[in-house]
Amino acid sequence: MADSDGRQVDSINHSTEEDVKLQEVVQAKCEGKELTKEEKQRLRKEKKQHKKNKKDDRGPPEKEKEKEKASVLAPSKPATQSPAHKAPVPVNASASESPVAAEKPAKSKAEQRAERRARQDTERASKQGKKEGGQQSASSKPKATPNELQPVVKRLPEHIQVDDPAALKKLAKKLERQQVPLRSDYGYKVSLFSHLHQYSRKNPPTQQISIPATVIHPSIVRLGLQYSQGIIAGSNARSVALLHAFKQVIQDYSTPPNEELSRDLVNKLSPYISFLSQCRPLSASMGNAIKHIKKEISNIPSQCKEEEAKRRLQECIDSYINEKIILASEAISKYAIEKISDGDVILVYGCSSLVNHILCEAFEKQRKFRVIVVDSRPRLEGREALRRLVKKGIRCTYVLISALSYILPEVSKVFLGAHALLANGYVMSRVGTSQIALVAKAYNVPVLVCCETYKFCERVQTDSFVSNELDDPDDLIVTRNGKTHLENWQTVKSLGLLNLVYDVTPPDFVDLVITDLGMIPCTSVPVVLRVKNVDQ
Amino acid sequence: MELQAVLMAAGGGSRMMDLTYNTPKPLLPVGNRPLIWYPPNLLERVGFEEVIVITTKEVQKTLSTDQRLKTDVKMRLDVVCIQEEADMGTADALRHIQQKIKTDILVVSCDLITDVALHEVVDLFRAHSATLSMLMSKVHEFTETVPGQKGKKKAGEQRDFVGVDITGKRLLFMANEADLDEGLVLRKSIMRKHPRMLIKTGLLDAHLYCLKRSVVDFLVHNKSVTSIRGELVPYLVRKQFSKSLNSQNATEDSEKNHKQQDTHHNLELLSTSKDEALLQLARERSCWNDHRGDMSEAYHGGKLRCYVHIMEEGMCYRVNTLAAYIEANRVVPKLFEDPPIHPAAVVSERSLVGSDSIIGPLCQISDRTSIKRSNVGTSTTIKEKVKITNSIIMNGVTIEEGCNIQGSVICNNAVIGRGADIKYCLVGSGQRVEPEAERTNEVIVGSDQLMEI
Repeated sequence: MADSDGRQVDSINHSTEEDVKLQEVVQAKCEGKELTKEEKQRLRKEKKQHKKNKKDDRGPPEKEKEKEKASVLAPSKPATQSPAHKAPVPVNASASESPVAAEKPAKSKAEQRAERRARQDTERASKQGKKEGGQQSASSKPKATPNELQPVVKRLPEHIQVDDPAALKKLAKKLERQQVPLRSDYGYKVSLFSHLHQYSRKNPPTQQISIPATVIHPSIVRLGLQYSQGIIAGSNARSVALLHAFKQVIQDYSTPPNEELSRDLVNKLSPYISFLSQCRPLSASMGNAIKHIKKEISNIPSQCKEEEAKRRLQECIDSYINEKIILASEAISKYAIEKISDGDVILVYGCSSLVNHILCEAFEKQRKFRVIVVDSRPRLEGREALRRLVKKGIRCTYVLISALSYILPEVSKVFLGAHALLANGYVMSRVGTSQIALVAKAYNVPVLVCCETYKFCERVQTDSFVSNELDDPDDLIVTRNGKTHLENWQTVKSLGLLNLVYDVTPPDFVDLVITDLGMIPCTSVPVVLRVKNVDQ
Repeated sequence: MELQAVLMAAGGGSRMMDLTYNTPKPLLPVGNRPLIWYPPNLLERVGFEEVIVITTKEVQKTLSTDQRLKTDVKMRLDVVCIQEEADMGTADALRHIQQKIKTDILVVSCDLITDVALHEVVDLFRAHSATLSMLMSKVHEFTETVPGQKGKKKAGEQRDFVGVDITGKRLLFMANEADLDEGLVLRKSIMRKHPRMLIKTGLLDAHLYCLKRSVVDFLVHNKSVTSIRGELVPYLVRKQFSKSLNSQNATEDSEKNHKQQDTHHNLELLSTSKDEALLQLARERSCWNDHRGDMSEAYHGGKLRCYVHIMEEGMCYRVNTLAAYIEANRVVPKLFEDPPIHPAAVVSERSLVGSDSIIGPLCQISDRTSIKRSNVGTSTTIKEKVKITNSIIMNGVTIEEGCNIQGSVICNNAVIGRGADIKYCLVGSGQRVEPEAERTNEVIVGSDQLMEI
């Protein structure tokens, strides 16, 4: 068949197909017809086919496209107008009228379906011939090069596009569709970070949620509250709590009729995840956990019964936590303890559950060392780390980060925890970590980062500005002797309060990364990621 | 489902018998709506879809026949009747409906009128996995003169002592003055765990409680607890710091004093959930603590936690005394955007109805009548030349010509004769005041209602 003519006819048919299909869906929706599983699958396949054909339409070079467009527009205009007329008619019509309206497009639908089938058969035959002829390269090349010529638009995650009104609008629409309340930003944001969200603890995300939470599962509401109030903080704790909440969700889930568990459960989880990210932006470890769960859910075979599927998912979650978190921390402790020798002075920063675990284990294995806990405002998490270590019996010293360069001459090793390890070897951790690594490097003190592999992330970042998290600015306000000087900071136009949560440390400052796979240099992170992807 | 709402509407209104001897308390009109309308309205606004109402047969009959109620309240009212003579306490009532309760509950009393943001109370319940979360508010001074009160009543007779921690959210201590013999006794265990405690006395308990499911099960096992406010809440608050719950050798204690520990154990065992191990892991790994300065973990390792939300501003009334009733009637009409004069009322053009008065449906107000700062109920007839100031007129009242009513409460179906001058009185239900009567600061009730000495 002649290329351009064929394509023209194809595209006309596709456009009318699209209209007919839209009409079909609109009719089905307005008639209240329950689409059975098979019909839904058929619709899905048709949508996919349609999208593929759309891409094919974009494939041919510009000139052809323009020609096509001009020619397609003309015949498609009357075609679109008539279905457009028909489309509002079934929408507005009552149930009695719609069957009548359905008959007319049904006839043309049948005709076009027959035409379409005939064309698909011929296309398939020609494709086969092309393959054998080796002409596929020729047909694919013109497809490939125009795609390369077209600019590749990367999709930025919305949580770092807060200053873009279009992205905000999209987010608002998405949340409205999912019936998740939108949390509004609070206070003046420092201009360098105006592309990030800044929420206040005084406006909880539950303000607009109905009190017996129906749209969002109660355990997810509870989890979101605990995130936003900081009751569950720390990468591991957040992931474990998230998986626990998912277990409850799966427990209470029941497949609606005409749906498959593997598809519907994933759709059910999306509004929950949106809600949680409104409460507090998701961490890299949570993102990986969610990806894993979603993959597991979609891998459930459709013949599997609901009870069996639920049980399998629960087991899968349990094994994920066991392997990636509990056993990983055991493995990391084992490696790390080799690095701790008697007489060591170890410096830790903030409260990392993994580092605390390592130190407690080392103490139990009778290593003689003492710890210096460095802490920073406003979170003052070091106090919690201090409490846990002292309760165990370890000798500790406590300083604030401003005293870092004074105590570093005493230190023999620095152990740091990580929030995520990025693909270019940078370590994302609590704000202040990069300072510690920098000063330690200046004093030639080895810096060891302990991180489980499930926190490895494919993102690449070289600075702390692009993607970060802004915490409640009111946390920076301190009241001493009954006086709060920053009480009305919002009224001062030129004053902005910045409460950063994370920062990135370059790999030059990190000497070793201890993971459950072993002790690797910082630059081997992409290798681990590649190996993990191949495994999965 | 997350929470089930339970509305306690079986109370007798024992502190305002003059008003309630004929009308059950839930049906007293406040702002021309029955008192029982307000809590479901609050619940409906935040998203509840059904409420279990525990009440008496009389109230249930009215609920099912009252047209206005039916249209206004869109949520489902699941009415459970109890015998009035049975004299059930609120905890007994919960035990009675134990079968219906499947999740955590939100218990609210029918005499609560408030505009609190309920999510504040429920968020404490959710975030900290609390066993009890309640609402309290600062007590407002009642400024209106209460009819029938001889002299100023001292407000400080039955004070509540409420102890909270420095955040103001955790409830550490609760006692009523009546229960204390000589002084306030604080246990050392509380002081050791929370060295800084704020004790407040000017708080009004709103009787709105979020309770965990395990508490209902505990009530079923312990039949001696009759009242939620009087016994259950102080018990739970005390139990937070009880040794047996916090010690790790709980098994030893149970062997020693099996019977006593049994009940305590019940509460603890019932409050552990299935995936406890995972939650425990999450809490261990989390770097958060609710207090600092000592060596113990978050919540001091205690499983039972009680929280309170104290309302600083906003409206919160408990209509259980005459003074509260009058105050509520004054304030409530401003809450709602109902038109002050109901469209079904017949108001003569030559009458003067002030803007801060409300007139109910089916009223008849005649000429040259002046109504200021008053609430007039349904089906009331007011004849000519009547002056009503600062009063509450309930339903079905007839006021003849030339009356002057000031600062009074006239109950259902009363008749005020011509030319009567009534100042700061309470006219009971169905009473007749003779014409040309002059009454000041009196309570006019039937002789059968007078107390027997």
